[in-house]
Amino acid sequence: MSEPIIRVEQLTCAYGPVTVLRDVSFSVQAGEVFVILGGSGCGKSTLLRHLIGLERPAAGRIWLDGAELTASEGAARQALMRGFGVAYQSGALFGSLSVLENVLLPLNEFTSLDPAARELVARLKLRQVGLENYADYMPAALSGGMQKRAAIARALALDPRILFLDEPSAGLDPVTGAELDALIKRLAGTLGLTFVVVTHELASIFAIADRALMLDKSAQGMIALDTPQQLRDHPPSAPVRRFFHRETA
Amino acid sequence: MTATLTLRDDTLLLSGRLDATGCAAIWPAARSSAATTVDASAVDYCDGAGIALLFELSQRGIRIDGLSDGYAAMLQALRPDQPLAQRATARRAGWIEVLGRVSARTLASVQDRIAFLGGITVAARSLLLSPQRFRYAATLDVAGRAGADALPIVGLISFLLGVILAFQSAIPMKQFGAELFVANLVGLGLVRELSPLMTAVLLAGRTGAAFAAELGTMKTNQEIDALTTMGLDPMRFLVLPRLVAVTLMTPLLTVLAEVIGLFGGGLVLLTLDIPLKTAFSQAAQTVALTDYVGGLFKAAVFGFGIAAIGCWRGLRTGSGAQAVGDAATSAVVTSLVFLVVSDGLFALAYYYLGW
Repeated sequence: MSEPIIRVEQLTCAYGPVTVLRDVSFSVQAGEVFVILGGSGCGKSTLLRHLIGLERPAAGRIWLDGAELTASEGAARQALMRGFGVAYQSGALFGSLSVLENVLLPLNEFTSLDPAARELVARLKLRQVGLENYADYMPAALSGGMQKRAAIARALALDPRILFLDEPSAGLDPVTGAELDALIKRLAGTLGLTFVVVTHELASIFAIADRALMLDKSAQGMIALDTPQQLRDHPPSAPVRRFFHRETA
Repeated sequence: MTATLTLRDDTLLLSGRLDATGCAAIWPAARSSAATTVDASAVDYCDGAGIALLFELSQRGIRIDGLSDGYAAMLQALRPDQPLAQRATARRAGWIEVLGRVSARTLASVQDRIAFLGGITVAARSLLLSPQRFRYAATLDVAGRAGADALPIVGLISFLLGVILAFQSAIPMKQFGAELFVANLVGLGLVRELSPLMTAVLLAGRTGAAFAAELGTMKTNQEIDALTTMGLDPMRFLVLPRLVAVTLMTPLLTVLAEVIGLFGGGLVLLTLDIPLKTAFSQAAQTVALTDYVGGLFKAAVFGFGIAAIGCWRGLRTGSGAQAVGDAATSAVVTSLVFLVVSDGLFALAYYYLGW
């Protein structure tokens, strides 16, 4: 088996004296759609914020694409962070820029392509996510699903090898959510991207995930790691069963 | 290996890494070539920029040969046979249309201001009918932030204003041996004009902008919608406490500004061997009650205007972070225009009243 594109070892995440996650270890293979799931408050977003370098872990190490994120500093850390894309739950599009300008922003900052070439690259990213005809719209004029797709287009701008998505289908209607799931699968298939997706939407998990890592609030850590079908059909513990079969405690 | 481009007969030979850096070097040459075919069999790597280059060449009718299956699939997924949507070009409007649009926008803005003032009046009326519904605690909180917290900056500016006014007027007065009358000038200037105006200018920059940003953020976060759907009138709930607090606090701050400004002027007069007691009594003889009351009334009107403009701009904020910034900027600019215009009107009115 090849070297994993993401490796996490004994990760402990804490905010001051409050420990949220303890001893989390896993790895993600290149080209995989890897889902982080769990109930509200279990630490999914905390784990994501550590994986993308927004938070420093209390203990443990993270490697992204062969480089240790947790040991990197300054310019090296910034270069490492440019190697992956992130689409936030709210989209986090810049409200004062059009959709096209949002996608152009990283291209303008980090490539030496001429303006016409940059615009073509940006428009193709928008075509990839089905927003080609909304390039000149302002983010506020887009629906929630469109904003998330625009955020994915922006995250794809610099051709990252890894794309992190935070609750991509949250707040979307089932049809739009399914369209977004189909987009993720299509991008993973055509571009060979690795996706790390934080979600608790069961339909989405089964639609996109190759493997799923489940976190649990009371365990303060991971309680399962397997394919979603395996977790549903052979849950290793009661919390996993409750989650996948929507049972109350 | 970096990207290279070679033209052989009518074929472009592409090789190496077609990433953003590699493409940047060869794109202009590729764009201007008259090739009819691209041989991409020696391309080792191709990212979004490389695919975009091949897409552009393909759109020009150039055949792409030899591209590996994976990259060919990426290119095909972008449908190179279909043209991309281009930037919409804005139609140039004629001057009649521009004039009409500007007039309609101005009228709508005036109408909106009148409606806002009407809303304040209705909310104030309901408050008078049921004063127990007034948000006293919120008003005190706003008064603290707009008034007490502004004391240091108002005090500092007023002190310096008094000092500057006294020094500037002392020079010509000294030529006529009339240094004592500097106290008259400082007293009258501060009470009638400078203290109310400077206090209001400071509040416009500090409190008016804060109101616009605060209410603007609430609007973008749909907090205003939440209040409305809960049956709470934003005018009564948010605007009235701010209006009342600032309308009351501005005259109070003005009184403080007058005292501190006079003290600053008095210190300058001390250096001219005029005791503080003499300076103050000289100023008190000059400043009539109408000057004092007129200045404070003006300050109250300024405070009302600043609060109303800040709230109005905040409640009319569009969406996004920039809109909140625009609302705050607009609140300050509109308030300053309001202050100057209304100060001019007060000067005119007081002149005819003989104050």
